[in-house]
Amino acid sequence: MDLLRRGLLTLSLAAILGAASPACAEPASIVVASTTSTEQSGLFKHILPMFKDKTGIDVKVVALGTGQALDSARRGDADVVLVHDRPAEDKFVAEGFAEARHDVMYNDFVLIGPASDPARIKGLGVLEAFRQLAAAKPPFVSRGDRSGTHSAELRAWKDSGIDLAAARGDWYRDVGQGMGPALNTASALGAYILADRGTWLSFKNRGDLTILVQGDPRLFNPYGVMLVNAHRHPTVKVKEGQTFVDWLISPEGQRAIASYKIDGEQLFFPSAAQTAK
Amino acid sequence: MPILHETLLRLWTLDRDVIAIAWLSLRVSLTAVSIGLLVGIPLGALVAVARFPGCGILTGLLNAFMGLPPVIVGLVLYLVLSRSGPLGSLGLLFTPSAMIAAQATLATPLVAALTRQVVADAEIHLGEQLRSLGLSAPRRAGILIYDVRFSLVTAALAAFGRAISEIGAVLVVGGNIAGHTRTMTTAISLETQKGDLSLALALGLLLMGLVVAVNAVAALLRGYAAKAYG
Repeated sequence: MDLLRRGLLTLSLAAILGAASPACAEPASIVVASTTSTEQSGLFKHILPMFKDKTGIDVKVVALGTGQALDSARRGDADVVLVHDRPAEDKFVAEGFAEARHDVMYNDFVLIGPASDPARIKGLGVLEAFRQLAAAKPPFVSRGDRSGTHSAELRAWKDSGIDLAAARGDWYRDVGQGMGPALNTASALGAYILADRGTWLSFKNRGDLTILVQGDPRLFNPYGVMLVNAHRHPTVKVKEGQTFVDWLISPEGQRAIASYKIDGEQLFFPSAAQTAK
Repeated sequence: MPILHETLLRLWTLDRDVIAIAWLSLRVSLTAVSIGLLVGIPLGALVAVARFPGCGILTGLLNAFMGLPPVIVGLVLYLVLSRSGPLGSLGLLFTPSAMIAAQATLATPLVAALTRQVVADAEIHLGEQLRSLGLSAPRRAGILIYDVRFSLVTAALAAFGRAISEIGAVLVVGGNIAGHTRTMTTAISLETQKGDLSLALALGLLLMGLVVAVNAVAALLRGYAAKAYG
């Protein structure tokens, strides 16, 4: 009995120690809070190995909606944020959680819907299309999760003069989830949805959905990167985090971003050279 | 069913990344269950044999905590382990250790509640005798645990089943970081989100295979131990 008990104890202790020890011997690493669009489109999987080869720094990406990503950085749980909601990013800097924001890249949003297009929005401008949707009330899927894409959708309703609170009804499905699950829902419902082009291109369960509106300047979707301010959270890994930010906006990082393609189509377009300071 | 065919094909071509993910899932869940057994078995047995005011309430609580929602456990642990939380200085958020803590929190009450039931049943037969020997409650609990040890394997397997299959807690405290905290369940969820349903299904089949394998090993060990020490 003693033998059995002692054996069990030793085994469990070994398991606990075994599980805990790798954390000590790990190489330099940073946590990047980013968006589901960058992770699910496969961009990070493409560029992070290049960064690791050059610097040896391990980048751990936690993919959240832009709002959540900024909140987790506010709590000090990330070293760097890479997100896409300019007003929210500017607020983050104004609150002192980051000292600077840098342009990194952009892609664009696309308005997607069933190929049969019952609301007849194909080829319209964005504002026109949203007005048409509010009038025809076909099923529409909203992210509803304070993500950058959700913010862009809400801006589009507002700019097209639609009072969403009054117009929404059964047709407006607020799913509160990431881009992928929202696209899955839209695909199952044959619904309209605003998506970022990157996730759409890498999305495999499209069903009957297709791009109906694209190319409107209002669909421009810029991404910014920020190092979390170490004055707010002393645990921020400033050196490694800054190395990552600098690499992303360097010619080398920008080339890495531009080289990511799915089926020959480029997903993200570098923009650091234009406005980075 | 073209998706079935595609799934089997994907299962055949799973790569090294997937093996690392499966290993992480096993490591995290087995460690969490070990902690759950270390804490839960003595706790459950003590509640079963000790007579103290409020032990009925404690029993009810243990039973209720078997239904602890993983996502709530994840959220509370997240707030505790966050850099702004009380244990933030440990830097455990988004690490495998945080996932172990979360799953151990889920496993412990399950083990304790099942142990309590099994030991309480055994006590009906042996309790009178043990008490008449004047043994203390911890002594009696120890003897009864030994008496029902083979039944406790079921408690361990139930705890393992709960740990390896949950996603709510590991997603929140682990962050689903590729190559670091991505487990089988969070990987399945991610592939589903990306719309790659055949890969998600292939991973699901692999996870079920793992669960069956662990149960088979437990059954073999139990059979062997029953012969050797029974």
